[in-house]
Amino acid sequence: MNPLQACLLLSTTLFAIGLVTTLARSDAILVLLGIELMLSAANLNFIAFWHFGPATAPVHGVIFVVFALAVAAAEAAVGMALIIALYRHQKNIRLEEATSLKG
Amino acid sequence: MNFAFSVIAFLILATAAAAMCLRQLVHVALLLVVTWFAIAAFYLWAGAEFVAFAQILIYAGAISMVVLFAVLLTRQAPLSPSLTPAHPGRVVAALSLGGAVAGTMGYAILRTPLAPASAAGPVVSVRELGMELMGSPLAAVLIVGVILTAALIGAVVIAASPGTTKEEESS
Repeated sequence: MNPLQACLLLSTTLFAIGLVTTLARSDAILVLLGIELMLSAANLNFIAFWHFGPATAPVHGVIFVVFALAVAAAEAAVGMALIIALYRHQKNIRLEEATSLKG
Repeated sequence: MNFAFSVIAFLILATAAAAMCLRQLVHVALLLVVTWFAIAAFYLWAGAEFVAFAQILIYAGAISMVVLFAVLLTRQAPLSPSLTPAHPGRVVAALSLGGAVAGTMGYAILRTPLAPASAAGPVVSVRELGMELMGSPLAAVLIVGVILTAALIGAVVIAASPGTTKEEESS
């Protein structure tokens, strides 16, 4: 098997694990962690294509991943703040019970 | 196939899948730290040192701490045993959807004729990366700074308690 294909299969499996976590669990923190796993899978793809691809753009793949990491950090901070606000509102973080938009 | 790659891939997938099945949130958060370290090892294996160390700093260092704080702050009781199990219908639906996505993408990957990999991958030093970041993507660097600032201020505003201030409490 081509090593690039092996890397892509690895990131596909990681993406599927994150997707199943996001859809199946009802805990808000686990849903956020599943989203982080999916983002990491996308980053793995960037690095794999950068490493095995044609050497026309020697740094662009790395620059993409740097920006994706920065946005992931911002997303995690806002997500955790939302979870704490949700906990303060309804005293648990089960998503089934978060049915109202009013504070 | 490379032996190191096999070990890294097994570590990433095994810890992520185990974290998906565990019941204790703290255990999930700690297992995902191992996953993020393994992903950093993959970046090192692929020759992207700067991204690997940024991954360790951001994910294994910062995000795992934020997750652990959120887990501890939103606990019901100190010894609350576990999460309530998910609805079985939802688990089946999620597993079938995830399997369909993985199967479709895996089939497409295996059927696509990819160019054979070049012998030596590109190597980029941190100095080159820094010089390149100050070039054409400079506007994006500034925008990312604005995004991070706005996100952190927004996180503080969302998480701050809307209740009373100190003056109101004393009066």
